[in-house]
Amino acid sequence: MLKRLLASREALLMGAIVVLLGLVATRFPSFITPSNLAGVFNDTSPLILLAIGQMIVILAKCIDLSVAANLALTGMVVSMINVAAPGMPIAIIIIVAISLGTIMGMFNGLLVWKLDIPPIVVTLGTMTIFRGIIFLISDGKWVNSHEMTAAFKAFPRAEFLGMSMMSWTAVLAVFIFTMVMTRTTIGRSFYAVGGNPHAATYTGINVGKSQFWAFTISGALAGLTGFLWVSRYAVAYVDIASGFELDVVAACVIGGISIAGGIGSVGGAVLGALFLGVIKNALPVINVSPFWQLAISGSAIIIAVAFNAQANREKGRIILKSAENAQ
Amino acid sequence: MSTSDRIIPDRLQSSLQRRVKSWETLLLAVAIAIFVANSFASPYFLNAWNLSDATFNFTEKAMIAFAMALLIIAGEIDLSVASIIALASTAMGAALQAGAGTPVLILVGLGTGLLCGAFNGVLVTRMGLPSIVVTIGTMSLFRGISYIVLGDQAYRGYPSDFAFFGQGYVWWVISFELVLFAIIAVIYGIILHKTNFGRAVYAIGNNPTGALFSGIRVQRVKFILFLLTGLMSGIAAVCLTSRLGSTRPSIAFGWELAVVTMVVLGGVNILGGSGSIPGVVIAAFVMGLVTFGLGLLNVPGIVMSIVIGALLIGVIALPRIWAMWRYH
Repeated sequence: MLKRLLASREALLMGAIVVLLGLVATRFPSFITPSNLAGVFNDTSPLILLAIGQMIVILAKCIDLSVAANLALTGMVVSMINVAAPGMPIAIIIIVAISLGTIMGMFNGLLVWKLDIPPIVVTLGTMTIFRGIIFLISDGKWVNSHEMTAAFKAFPRAEFLGMSMMSWTAVLAVFIFTMVMTRTTIGRSFYAVGGNPHAATYTGINVGKSQFWAFTISGALAGLTGFLWVSRYAVAYVDIASGFELDVVAACVIGGISIAGGIGSVGGAVLGALFLGVIKNALPVINVSPFWQLAISGSAIIIAVAFNAQANREKGRIILKSAENAQ
Repeated sequence: MSTSDRIIPDRLQSSLQRRVKSWETLLLAVAIAIFVANSFASPYFLNAWNLSDATFNFTEKAMIAFAMALLIIAGEIDLSVASIIALASTAMGAALQAGAGTPVLILVGLGTGLLCGAFNGVLVTRMGLPSIVVTIGTMSLFRGISYIVLGDQAYRGYPSDFAFFGQGYVWWVISFELVLFAIIAVIYGIILHKTNFGRAVYAIGNNPTGALFSGIRVQRVKFILFLLTGLMSGIAAVCLTSRLGSTRPSIAFGWELAVVTMVVLGGVNILGGSGSIPGVVIAAFVMGLVTFGLGLLNVPGIVMSIVIGALLIGVIALPRIWAMWRYH
């Protein structure tokens, strides 16, 4: 029982986060008050949402580097809609954001599915294309706080049972996608596709189509996050969330999702995101210069990868392994 | 990203390999078309000094792209190259503060590059970790160390003879960087296409297990390739620092993706196993010409990225769309 618990990456990661919180608390006790922890969760919500989408894409043996650009483009479009039509209800804005993100995800997915272009090439291309489009539609101008309506800015901040709507959105997404990944055919097919594409094909799963849906889900979540991001920070410009795609991939890797596909869980992605979120929020509190942040998260990624590789080491093929190690 | 993960059916793989020969031709046609379009679009384009300036857009990135091409052909990737530039540049700045002269500065730059490459190489080959994640980690780590050392400061005041590497001209409009780019291109062309080491790189990319059993020291070759991307990043750091005359931790931000784009545009299969140095050279010129031509037309840099992105996807997609249209 204990052995099985120790072998579970989620449990280990949970332990690591608790230890991390404990260490921070020795320096700064009020960090672990419920209200502060709720704040940390709120700050990490965008990362959680994107990490869930990225996890599904990575499970299906792909990678989506365009999520941050998708988020930024959707954010710019909805904030421009808000400026042009201040009376538009938030519900419609959210639907627009999700649809726009979905379309961008589908575009990635179609290129991977129908044209067989490697996902890293597709999303590298669409990443730059999406960012460029933001500049074209906005003319490089910012949409500032005073131009947005109060209702637009209020949504992610609105409190319900002590947590913001932004946090609740993340909680809801975690719940929905846990169900999708463990209880539905499409969810299981992502694991099959990533675990062994050839076997998946023989069992009647369309590999390309599953990858298409993985990109679509990732795009939809990025679109939703785009709205939450601009309304929370009350500003939209070309470079928002620049470089965030690597944080998202990092969260997945720390969460034990195998970059080779087929292994991972929603819980892992969420815990990976929270691990990064706690580090990010704790550094300034315990008087570590923010300049250390990149180096620390980089080290965390490398350690997590090394740890995962150790845990996943294959037991078979002894001869080949010893041949490889003999060099 | 190891080659055992490839998901493209063999059918497409082999047709792609057969097309590699014509790939360079296609790319060359694109380059010539852009060149002609540029000369019509702006009266300032066909000027020797302008054309020479245009080369600065790609020479530094292309130096790294050659080493990256070999690495990608062998089925690995190095996303930390831009961060290695930042760290090497920071190390040079620190050496400068300590009173080092130009020769020492260069040694420090190249040495830092090699060390970073060795670090990546050890993690990938000794510990058996996937290179895409390792280098995402070291990408943050290396740049993070630059931030720790520099904070929001900048190093300035490089000696005047150091400026030669990024600003000097060897003959008339031929800059030192352009000459260096040409020499490096020839060296990599010979390594990849004429030596046993080059054959080993292709063999590893196509079938690592097969390569291992045919006596190729797979891990050692991969380690050398990581050393090479580190070294080339160090060389690029010397050139870039010399050209800018200062070091900031944000130097060369986002270059890793530009370098990978250049390599893929050059016809190197991102899944490993095929590609050529002439292809990368032409791709470097294409990207340089596009950026420079659009710049003359006052198109903002961010809009150029739409063109680069579309070019990247388009060049790969068009032959496949063409094939689908013909055979279905």
